[in-house]
Amino acid sequence: MAKRIDVSDLNIYYGNFLAVEGVNVSIEPRSITALIGPSGCGKSTFLRSLNRMHEVIPGARVEGKVVMDGQDLYGADADPVDVRRQIGMVFQRPNPFPTMSIYDNVAAGVRLNSRKMKKADLDDLVERSLKGANLWNEVKDRLDRPGSSLSGGQQQRLCIARAIAVEPDVLLMDEPCSALDPISTLAIEDLMTELKERFTIVIVTHNMQQAARVSEQTGFFNLNGVGQPGRLIEFNPTEKIFSNPDQKATEDYISGRFG
Amino acid sequence: MSLQTSPTSTGASADDATAGRSRRRLPQWASVAAFLAAALVAVLLELLGEFNIALVVIYTVVLGTVAAYVVSRVVEGRRKATDRLVTCLVVSAFGIAVVPLVALVWTVVGRGIERLDGEFFGSSLVGIVGEGGGAYHAIMGTLIITLLTTLISVPIGLMTAIYLVEYGRGRLKRSITFLVDVMTGIPSIVAGLFAYALFALFFGPGIRLGIMGAVALSVLMIPVVVRSAEEVLKLVPNELREAAYALGVPKWRTIVKVVIPTAIAGLGTGVTLAIARVVGETAPLLITVGITNGTNLDPFDSRMASLPVYAYYQLTQPGVPPEYAIDRAWTAALLLIMLVMGLNVVARLISRFFAPKTGR
Repeated sequence: MAKRIDVSDLNIYYGNFLAVEGVNVSIEPRSITALIGPSGCGKSTFLRSLNRMHEVIPGARVEGKVVMDGQDLYGADADPVDVRRQIGMVFQRPNPFPTMSIYDNVAAGVRLNSRKMKKADLDDLVERSLKGANLWNEVKDRLDRPGSSLSGGQQQRLCIARAIAVEPDVLLMDEPCSALDPISTLAIEDLMTELKERFTIVIVTHNMQQAARVSEQTGFFNLNGVGQPGRLIEFNPTEKIFSNPDQKATEDYISGRFG
Repeated sequence: MSLQTSPTSTGASADDATAGRSRRRLPQWASVAAFLAAALVAVLLELLGEFNIALVVIYTVVLGTVAAYVVSRVVEGRRKATDRLVTCLVVSAFGIAVVPLVALVWTVVGRGIERLDGEFFGSSLVGIVGEGGGAYHAIMGTLIITLLTTLISVPIGLMTAIYLVEYGRGRLKRSITFLVDVMTGIPSIVAGLFAYALFALFFGPGIRLGIMGAVALSVLMIPVVVRSAEEVLKLVPNELREAAYALGVPKWRTIVKVVIPTAIAGLGTGVTLAIARVVGETAPLLITVGITNGTNLDPFDSRMASLPVYAYYQLTQPGVPPEYAIDRAWTAALLLIMLVMGLNVVARLISRFFAPKTGR
């Protein structure tokens, strides 16, 4: 549970286009790390390269090292499917499986991997995961309804429940609240604070207040111009980033002077 | 004509803020009135000479369109008049398209309904000269051959579509897409000749088997299945695939357990419509399956009857006296139309009942 991730000299490509250049960072276990920066600077691309979701896109590839507790995620013996089982992901738009019920959505990680599990154990896992995502009380009477019958915020928490049901070590969140209203956002932020006891969480967000509210560490990504690769400009404790950043660019971005 | 469409002046209403800019408008029923008037004129014209219903209809459409346009142009201005003109043209085009369909159904039902009886479904043509007889052997033949065709085409077609959407990349994908497009345009007789030549290589010339027909029809059906399945699979949101990948689900399981169930309604509809497309094919079956008078339910042994070929032979070689065989041909045609329409209804039901439920 909750592992540390070390990234060194990571270059991320789409075909021949270098999208993100030279990232060196250490992500601490049992904490929330926020990634901020203007659109198109490569935050999401970087996040997706952490669990090898980046290479799902045709032509996309990665150079450099990503090491999770001594295990090289891009090593010759690393299987992307195994990596994704250890590093779960929540997406920007809630995407429950439309053909499955609420129960089946949470059980999807187990069912789709056809791991054998007793009905009682599976019930237990679903209940635990939904409780972990603060959704149990709202859906416990209608577990057989389609997942798409829930509201947007509930769907996003359902997706979180689905992600934590496979018991990953790390949870990546790609702008999990950008499609949600403030109340649902608050519910998810509270949830993240609870989840960091058990998981390493990395979150991409456009909402700087959110980064300031929930994270311990913050990374600022930026790019020099259109067509240039994105870079990790500064990585520091959140308090320092928002009060006294090392870099001028960070201060400009946070104070809203550009981007 | 224009007298009955008295214009209403909106400029008179004081509370209308845009009164200054709005033009006079014709009432809703203006176009209909124009056509009624045109119909009246057309009938009068025809009564002067020899009455011909087709000419009356043509006069009505042309005169009505012109009248609606002119009146609207005078009263409402150019934009509204063009709107009315195009509406008239579109509705006329729709009418022209529907006329053959209605006429065809009308004729086939009228002439085929007579022999749509128990005997037609229950007996074959063995020992029948003249009256009576049925198409039991042809119905069963069509069902067996179509079932075999489906069994061959659906797996090949679906897997090709899955390859094209989920795995295919670069030159191989482009060439497969191109070949599928070419296959879509193959004339059905060529498909029949292909199957005949293929089987003649192994079994010698003159061979006729049910399975040969199924192979020939598969050549026609596979591209239809590929095309429709490809379109449907493309509609499955990429987010669902990514959601499954992020749970550590391998790609092939994602396809089997997430992509296909999400698309199942569209796939079912596409397959059903593809079946409807081949069930009435005549030419390939004429070459590969032939015709018999008796019942043969074994597609791997000698000739079989099928509905389209049955209809063809009943019509072209009716025997003496011919009218009974011709009646049977009409009934076979009616049965084919019912089969195709039934399959279309099934396709609609599939897409309604299997679609992912989104209701709250």
